Amino acid sequence: MKNILLFVLTILLSYLSGAFLPWWSFMPVVMLIYFLIPVNAGRAFLSGFFALFMLWGALAWMMDASNHHILSQKISQVFFQHDKYPYLIMMSAFIGALCGGLSALCGSLARWALGKL
Amino acid sequence: MKPLRILVFTIVLLITVALAYILNNPIGKAPALGKFFSPQVGFWQQAEPYDYDYNQTIKLSGLKGAVSVYFDERLVPHIYADNQEDAVMAQGYLHARFRLWQMEFQTYAAAGRVSEIVGSLALDFDRQQRRMGMVYAAENMLKEMEADPLTKSLCNAYTAGVNSYIDQLSEADLPIEYKLLGYQPERWTNMKIALFVKAMTKNLSAHTQDLERTLALSVFSDDEMKILFPDIDRELDPIIPAGTSFAPATVMPVAPASRDSLYLRKGNDGIPQMIEQPNPENGSNNWALSGAKTKSGAPLLCNDPHLGLNLPSVWFEMEMSGPDINVYGSSFPGIPGIVIGFNDHIAWGVTNSERDVIDFYEIKFQDRSRQAYWFNGAWKKAEQRIEQIKVKEKASVYDTVAYSVFGPVMFDESFPGKKSAGKSLAVRWRGHESSNEAKAFWLLNHARNYADYENAIQYFECPGQNFVFASKLGDIAIWQQGNFPAKWERQGLYVMPGTDSSYMWQGDIPHQENPYQYNPARGFVSSGNQRTTDSTYPYYLPGGFYLYRGLTINNVLNSVYKADVGDMMRLQNNNYNPLAAAALPLMLQSMENSTVYGEARGFLDTLKKWNLKNDANTIAPTIFTLWYDSLKAAVWDDELGNLKEKGLYPNDQTLIDAFVKDSAFRFIDNINTPQKESWQLVVLQSFRKIIPEITALQQKNKLNWSAYKNTTVYHLLGKTMMPFAREHLPIGGGKHIVNAAQHDHGSSWKMIVDLSGETSAYVVYPGGQNGNPGSRYYDQFVDTWAKGGYYKAWVYKKGMEQDAHVKWTMKFVND
Repeated sequence: MKNILLFVLTILLSYLSGAFLPWWSFMPVVMLIYFLIPVNAGRAFLSGFFALFMLWGALAWMMDASNHHILSQKISQVFFQHDKYPYLIMMSAFIGALCGGLSALCGSLARWALGKL
Repeated sequence: MKPLRILVFTIVLLITVALAYILNNPIGKAPALGKFFSPQVGFWQQAEPYDYDYNQTIKLSGLKGAVSVYFDERLVPHIYADNQEDAVMAQGYLHARFRLWQMEFQTYAAAGRVSEIVGSLALDFDRQQRRMGMVYAAENMLKEMEADPLTKSLCNAYTAGVNSYIDQLSEADLPIEYKLLGYQPERWTNMKIALFVKAMTKNLSAHTQDLERTLALSVFSDDEMKILFPDIDRELDPIIPAGTSFAPATVMPVAPASRDSLYLRKGNDGIPQMIEQPNPENGSNNWALSGAKTKSGAPLLCNDPHLGLNLPSVWFEMEMSGPDINVYGSSFPGIPGIVIGFNDHIAWGVTNSERDVIDFYEIKFQDRSRQAYWFNGAWKKAEQRIEQIKVKEKASVYDTVAYSVFGPVMFDESFPGKKSAGKSLAVRWRGHESSNEAKAFWLLNHARNYADYENAIQYFECPGQNFVFASKLGDIAIWQQGNFPAKWERQGLYVMPGTDSSYMWQGDIPHQENPYQYNPARGFVSSGNQRTTDSTYPYYLPGGFYLYRGLTINNVLNSVYKADVGDMMRLQNNNYNPLAAAALPLMLQSMENSTVYGEARGFLDTLKKWNLKNDANTIAPTIFTLWYDSLKAAVWDDELGNLKEKGLYPNDQTLIDAFVKDSAFRFIDNINTPQKESWQLVVLQSFRKIIPEITALQQKNKLNWSAYKNTTVYHLLGKTMMPFAREHLPIGGGKHIVNAAQHDHGSSWKMIVDLSGETSAYVVYPGGQNGNPGSRYYDQFVDTWAKGGYYKAWVYKKGMEQDAHVKWTMKFVND
């Protein structure tokens, strides 16, 4: 239960910080979450990783679907020289996930380093 | 606390911060990946929902009243405002809302600031822009625009509208090109309006071959140059028909005594080269029929300006209406008003005059400091203008440009480069002088009759344009309008001596002496960038004219009777190739005594059966073009040598004229072979030469005319941004053809206006209203354009807010 709550909280706060602050602002937010709420390092990484994977992936997927892939077909040609728009959604999701996972890991390790775990 | 744990944490933290740093910064040409791929601020934000709702209420500070904008199903805005400043402010906002990146980029390019965006690879381009005096020209224009109360208030309102959009723009909403290139828009200014006008002025009046022609004087005499580049073509059907009588000239320029001995003498060296030139094909078609020639009995007016084909388009379609105005047409994002269009009373359109208003003078500096130059027997001080060119991620480059009485010294020891340093040349360009073209457009927008039109266009000084006009009252007219220098015979064709005033421009042709036609007996006026008049016009008329499109247009218009809109559409999309009509019979005749076998015979038969139309899905136009180009090269290339690479090439009609008239034309002989070539031999040789290429194209399935020429609408960033371009468009036409679609050039806006009853208009352009590549409206008209189709313009009138065409409404209110 705690894990699910943590996962949802990560998505929610990351979304809110991204709506008002620079794109990377979710990183300190995620660090703080996993510093304050005790989970072990492995779980923290996975939770942060998949939370951001879900958030960025779902947002990109929704925007792409409502756009009928007009833009993603063009941008995927810019990056992959190929009309493969699902790759573009995956790439967004993965960049978010990597930042989210590492940030969560940092938060958890900070707590561990301070001997609070 | 445990040191080991702290170490582990620190390492992971550093990795995380490093990752964030890398993702927040551009790497090489790639944008900052984290920012770019973030769905909340990155490119996904430009993935405009397919059913996007453009309804909006917008606060615009400075509005005097309220403005409503009704968008139709093609995303064409129809502005209604109670006063003209408000209408223009809304126009500025809408231009920015849909086209901000392009309008800013084009003004950066005009000002020689591209290096700020893309780095040092644009440095030569930027230096040339500065050295040619583009900023100096815009400054002069700005002074005149702001000295006039009308244009000052229009420009201020327009600029305020653009800025109110920029000011509320969040990082997420930035157009995608800013995100890809990693920069931010700056605030708009009236100076940028002037820069935009000067960019178009350069496009249409600054193509020059003066430098190449001067180089050619080292190979050919001036008399030979007259053969290669004749003043008047044999087949010319001028804009103002032959037989029109002109009043004698009131300005009589006198050629300097040293003209023949000094200026026209053979032999020249140290002539530098331009880095970049406007496309010489920039031109257009326009015509108007009087009621005597139309089915309805009211005039029809047509215009299609030929420019580089770009996305986002240089045009933005819109209507501006209010209590005393209702004007519809195409606008330039970057300036206020409508450029080509119609209102309740008149319609107008433009083509380029192609007149030569740019010349070069050789400057003798006192020393390498370039602070003084020899002029009229004394050392005259040159003003020095220091240009700071900012370069992305590098230190600024400073370039000092000397200004002479003629204009900026564009070429000197430091430009184009130390290695290629040649003579110091100052450029004299009409575009440098102060003028107020924006006023001409605004007055045209409000014109109600011929007198208003004539009054409006007098403010149009450069680039010289053929303004075609038709009114509800039944009048038609065409004026070649511009402020043209009165030149003596052959003045400015070559670089002129700049050590005294004897070679300077001596005066301007008075506006009233410009060639024009008002309600001519033949029932139509037209232009297709051909020479304005025959030799009876009392002024010398140098320019880069085109012969053939005008011939086709006049042939069709001479014979039309009871014309309707459908006839006009067919003429704008006419694929008849007049060059082939002139050349092919001669080429085939020359082949009569030669036998060809196999597939070559098949190709020849295809040409014999050809209807002379460059239709998209036929192979004959491709075979003809290859053969003709091969013949052209065989005739000229040996004599021209490296002049050809420098861009100097005789016109097609010059070759045809020689072919028709001169069986012993001296240029047919290949000077690199011992034998003496004849027309028969070069025609046969040039045909044999292309057979392998035709076969190769056939195997690649690229022999069809549209596949071969591959008409492409490039993104403004060109070949580096092909996913934003539209390639392989199935369209016919080409060079010299009324349907002017070449590879990357052609009709950039097509308009047909029927002035009977309720004015109706049919329009199309190869682009779309929304500059965002993520919008369905980005390239919405391209396929219709390629098919030769049109949209019937829906014209808003007060009270039509509930009309079925109104899809969205934007309200502008003062805050």
